[in-house]
Formats: sequence, structure tokens, C-alpha cells
Amino acid sequence: MVCESWKAKLDTYLDGELSEEETRTFDAHVCNCPSCSADALARVQMKRATQTAGKRFTPRAEFRRRIQQSIAPKPQRSVRLGWILAAASVVILVAGALTSTYVGTRSGRDNVFSEIADSHVATLASSSPVDVISSDRHTVKPWFQGKIPFAFDLPELQNSEFSLLGGRMTYLDQSPGAQLIYDVRKHHISVFVFQEQSLRARLDEDSLSPKQLSFNIETWSQGGLRYFVIGDASAADIDSLAKLFKTAEA
Amino acid sequence: MPLFDQLYNFSRWLTQNREEAEDLVQETYAKALKGFSSFQLGTNFRAWMYRILRNTFLTSRTGLRGASTVPLDSEDDGPELGVENETPETILMNRSNSQLVQAAIDDLPVHYREALLLCEVEEMSYQEIAETLSIPIGTVMSRLSRARRTLRDHLGRELRSHEAVREVARGINHGL
Repeated sequence: MVCESWKAKLDTYLDGELSEEETRTFDAHVCNCPSCSADALARVQMKRATQTAGKRFTPRAEFRRRIQQSIAPKPQRSVRLGWILAAASVVILVAGALTSTYVGTRSGRDNVFSEIADSHVATLASSSPVDVISSDRHTVKPWFQGKIPFAFDLPELQNSEFSLLGGRMTYLDQSPGAQLIYDVRKHHISVFVFQEQSLRARLDEDSLSPKQLSFNIETWSQGGLRYFVIGDASAADIDSLAKLFKTAEA
Repeated sequence: MPLFDQLYNFSRWLTQNREEAEDLVQETYAKALKGFSSFQLGTNFRAWMYRILRNTFLTSRTGLRGASTVPLDSEDDGPELGVENETPETILMNRSNSQLVQAAIDDLPVHYREALLLCEVEEMSYQEIAETLSIPIGTVMSRLSRARRTLRDHLGRELRSHEAVREVARGINHGL
């Protein structure tokens, strides 16, 4: 039997419960170990199947009404008790709303980052990663005209280590966007641009959780557009490219 | 109403009965309102609600029956076995048969079922599950591990028996 000690922690890893450092070590091991990566894939499939199967029951409308009525304050109760119950209901509603909003937002956010990472990997794995092959931003930018419902600026790369390889159409949340591929010291970086209003998940710069992804990623919103910069290059390189884009748009 | 659909779904999985699930949810809301002063702001509201529901369930007839049939938890689960090439997961995903998984979850002892559902469906962290079930994190991990292994074994058996039936049918067809 191989990798016993890794497999013992595989579920904890997939549940996102390992420390940041352990997760990084695990990422590296799973990427290089066919046995553990096959095992991880099988377990992820089981997790998804359990999640789908687990969302099985929905309450009857009549029961929902009954509960709503039962927790509503009763008029015959004393004014003081009524106020206490009403206040408690409001606090429960607010706390519940906050909890579900947080959970919903977090899960939406994580999905977006997963989708971005998937698109980046799928593009690099493709035999034709770019639809427009050019290192000239004046060729790549006009290529998107009429293909996506917005325009954006590409940065000047002179005096930087980055080079533009080309671009392609992409989709996120069923909305079209642009994907640009850059090269820095043999690392490939994708820059995704979408219309902010077309994305369902609310995102902000602080919402990134890089430890859950094997890639470095940066995102920001500018001029109604949402940018993602992702790749296996260092965080400093990702940040430099992001800064070039931010100044190009400014 | 906060968490209404989730609490009902969880309650139904625990009780495996519609009327009991509805009673349980109703009692949970009543207790939550009555004991709201015991909820400390800043602590986990979701875990608090699930804890009320789960404690109420444990004192019900079904809950007492379920809890009494659970084997003792052990922190030491031994080495985790690897997944073989032909796994229930791969076959299962191809068929996307949710009913099989549902039946397998239904079949789990209640202590495994609740930990698994809080983790996979409610996406609670180990810490939240520990708070909800009032057990140490180590126990959460061992219950999850056993729940998953039992689920996988159950599905493996089910799929093998389906395969066997298909093989017999194929043999009969060839014979004819």
C-alpha cells in the first residue's frame, strides 16, 4: 500500500480543514502522486453526490405557514411580552439572514474562483490555447470588438518582464468575457475581464482565499469591469501584472 | 424564517418521517424563541439552532432509539484504505443515481448520518459541527471518516448486486 499517511488525511484536506502550510504540502503531493490524485477525485465525487442527495426534503407550504403563524407575536399577550418576542424574532431573522447571506456569498465566491482556475487550466491544456495569437496589444484588443459587450485597455509591456501571447473568448456565469494569456519567465498567467454587473457572486479584493487554490490569484473591479489575474507565477508577479492593468485602465 | 428549509431537511433526515420532522422543527423554533436570552450574540447562530433541533430530537422517542444503536466512537480508526480502481464513486457518477446515495445515507446510524449531512450539505466546518453536536473535533473527524467508509461500502455492495442481476439477465438473454 502506498501513501498511507497521506490518505489518512485526504478527507481532512478535501474538507479544507488542514492548516495553510499542510494544504500547500498536500497540493504538491496530490499533483505528483497518481494514486492520491485518483483517490482525491473519487472522494470529491462522493462528496458532491452526498451533497446532491442530501438536499432531499422541502417543507410543505402549509407547514411553513403554520410555523410563521406560531412564531408571530400573539395580540392577546401582554405588550411587554409581545415586544420581547417581536425583538427576538427580529434578531433571529437578522442573524439568520446574515448567516445565510454570508454562507451564500462565500459559496458563490468560491465557485467563481474555482471556475476561473478551471478555465485557466483548461486553456493551458488546450492544443490551441489562444484564438488570436499576437504579442501586439493593438492586434489583440481590436480582435474582441463585436465579440464581447464591453471594451477594456491592455497595458503597455515595454520595460516589464511580461509578454502577451494572445487572447480568447471565455465565459463565466454564462456571460462572455475576455481571457488574455501572458508569459513571465516561462510561467503562464491568465487575465480574465468580465462585466461586473453580469456576475452573480459578490466579490471583493479581501475575499480571496489563496490557500484553497494552487494558484496565485488577484481580483479587482474597475470601471464596471471585474478583473481576475491567475497563474502559477509568484504572488509578486501576479501583483505586478495586476498593477499594469490597473494603471492602463486609470 | 431563518434556516427553515435547511432545518426541515436535516430534521427529516434525522427522523425519517414527515410528521415527526415537522413537530421537531416546530419545537425547535418554539425553544429558540423561548430561550433566545441564552444565545450569546457574536457566537454561531446556525450552530445554536441546529443544536436545539438535535437535542430536541435526541430526547424524542425516535432519537432515543437511534442513539442507543450507535457503536462507541473511537478516535483510532486505523489506517485509511485507498480507493481501488473500480470504485462505487466512479460507477455512481456515471449513473448519477441520487436515489442510491439517499438510501445509503438513510441506512447510516444516526450519529454518522448527522455528522455527514452537517459537513456535506450544510458545509459546516469541523468546529461548527463539534459545537452543534457537543462533541470534540477528533470525534467529528472519526465519525465523518466512518460515515464515509460505511457509505462507500454500502454503495459498493449495492452496485455489485446490480451488476450481478444484470449479468444474470444477460446470461438468460444469451440462453434464449
